[in-house]
Amino acid sequence: MMEALEIIGQASFWAAAIRIAAPLIFGVLGALICERAGVLNLGIEGIFVAGAMTGWLTVSMGGDLWLGVAVAALVGAALGLLHGVFTVILGLSQHVTGLSITLLATSTAYFGYRVAFPSVTTPPVIEPFAPLNPAWLSAIPILGPALGQQTALVWLAFLCVAVTAFVLSRTPLGLALRAVGDNPAAVEAQGLSVTGLRMGALAAGSALMALGGAFLTLSAFNSFFFGMINGRGWVCIALTVFASWQPGKALLGALLFGAFDAYQVRLQTLAGSVVPTQIFLMLPYLLSILALVLAARRADYPRALMKPYIKGER
Amino acid sequence: MDKQSRASGIGLIGRRRVLQLGGGMALALAAGRPASAQGAKPIKVAAVYTVPVEQQWVSRIHKALNAAKDRGEITYKWSENTANTDYERVMRQFATEGSDLIVGESFAVERAARNVAADFPKIAFLMGSSFGPTKPNYSVFDNYIHEPSYLTGMIAGKTTKSNVIGMVGGYAIPEVSRLMNAFIEGATSVNPDVKFLVTFINSWYDPPKAKESAFAMVDKKADILYAERFGVSDAAKERGVKAIGNVIDTSAQYPGVILASALWHMEPTIDRVLKAVSGGSFEPADYGPYSYMAHGGAGLAVDEKLVPKEVLDLVKAKEKEILDGAFRVNINDAPPKSTA
Repeated sequence: MMEALEIIGQASFWAAAIRIAAPLIFGVLGALICERAGVLNLGIEGIFVAGAMTGWLTVSMGGDLWLGVAVAALVGAALGLLHGVFTVILGLSQHVTGLSITLLATSTAYFGYRVAFPSVTTPPVIEPFAPLNPAWLSAIPILGPALGQQTALVWLAFLCVAVTAFVLSRTPLGLALRAVGDNPAAVEAQGLSVTGLRMGALAAGSALMALGGAFLTLSAFNSFFFGMINGRGWVCIALTVFASWQPGKALLGALLFGAFDAYQVRLQTLAGSVVPTQIFLMLPYLLSILALVLAARRADYPRALMKPYIKGER
Repeated sequence: MDKQSRASGIGLIGRRRVLQLGGGMALALAAGRPASAQGAKPIKVAAVYTVPVEQQWVSRIHKALNAAKDRGEITYKWSENTANTDYERVMRQFATEGSDLIVGESFAVERAARNVAADFPKIAFLMGSSFGPTKPNYSVFDNYIHEPSYLTGMIAGKTTKSNVIGMVGGYAIPEVSRLMNAFIEGATSVNPDVKFLVTFINSWYDPPKAKESAFAMVDKKADILYAERFGVSDAAKERGVKAIGNVIDTSAQYPGVILASALWHMEPTIDRVLKAVSGGSFEPADYGPYSYMAHGGAGLAVDEKLVPKEVLDLVKAKEKEILDGAFRVNINDAPPKSTA
């Protein structure tokens, strides 16, 4: 029992929690931006796959790591715009379109992979982002070493949280974006383009989702495998509700999930356990559901979420 | 729905006719090739895999079938990453397209796969399965490489300095647990003090997660990692500890990291089945034993630069005992638990 508690005081545990959380931070921010503008983007799982695949492929073909990140973001943005063509411009079902985007992006990524590598036994590896280990951090106990082990992409994730929070709450663009998710007619009356704002939010949000995928192949690991996204995109959709569409809480939710996952991995190795491993594996998801139930009661969701805006309609 | 599927079925037949015509022309063109000159008609083999062909387990089957194809003994088509919910459909498609032998893995689709086999009694089926064969045409196999796993366990038990060994597995299913248990037995047979950390990640393909699990084990003083999944050897390399390979030999990708690997060779099984099919003597049987060391279905790869000579001698002696039948490695399919 003591051993189970001691884990929480270890720097390596928090380092793992942050590493597991990083792709989720990107993903949940992306989902949050799309939904704040009134569009549910269930293409997230597929956009993760596309980002992971294209980012890694760019680097494995000789590109720079940051070029890989940029390519992943562009592919994500393109998929977001595709989602927007159907849901924003044509006003079709956001659920159906989103799931279709996931199926399309996943299959296309796999197809592209197989075309590029028809007969390999193991996919080519790249040199991923290295831990930064800045000197000024090492003085801080626990948190210092935990953050020191992280790569530049993790810091980029933190930066994205700050930027998103600032833009959403402190700028005219953020105000317009929030308004378009709550009351698009009012935005239209102000002379702003609902379509433009929503498409922009989808592009930006989906680019962030793709970065979540790229994190897995460019930082957490060094190559791309079929199925390696493993439901992380769906976790982000749940975390968005948990965060009640606030960037700060999104960061908290992702870190909480990362901590649960890092914790269960360590609990599994405790000796003499009579609990089946499956229970531990369930833990992060169970606790997320619990947190969701508690948080969702007070969740203030965007009023116009999943409602297509048709100009002039009453 | 039914009407629709029937309509598309007709469409398929139409297309298949065209394909058959094309196939006929290809056969006519290939008539001058040595295989048909010898009078041996290549066996039409189709394989249905639930995971990509890079996955360790499936890669061994894929390799053996590709070798047979390169020898001109078979024509080989395959479908990878087939969802279990799609499995029966793909099997039936390959069956109706006219295959002589269908290879696959029916672990999660036992009933459906056996139904398909019963509907196509003229086709031979060779499926990875935890159950037995079924008449008239359903043979089974599995990766019974517990013998080399035991030997790699001996190496790990003798080489560990911290007496802590970490093991990361995909799912706690018999195929995985069996090898882990053999490894544990091998290690404890030479070093009773050794303790094990065991985690499962509930995925075949989540290298970042496997890596995280492995990191957690190194933090708990593990100095040898049993790499059942991709990602574990990467963690070993990053943290400067050693790893034990499983099913495939990855020592070239991780130089100086992999102490030894328990390898699976599917060739003895595949070659035996192909011979039976072409000779018309195919019978439903359990081909599992052809994955044993005695038949060359399992092997041991050791990095002799990393493993001390006396340990290697010990292992070689035990290997000989296994090959002579003087020592039998237990088959234990229960999920292993952490002991450290």
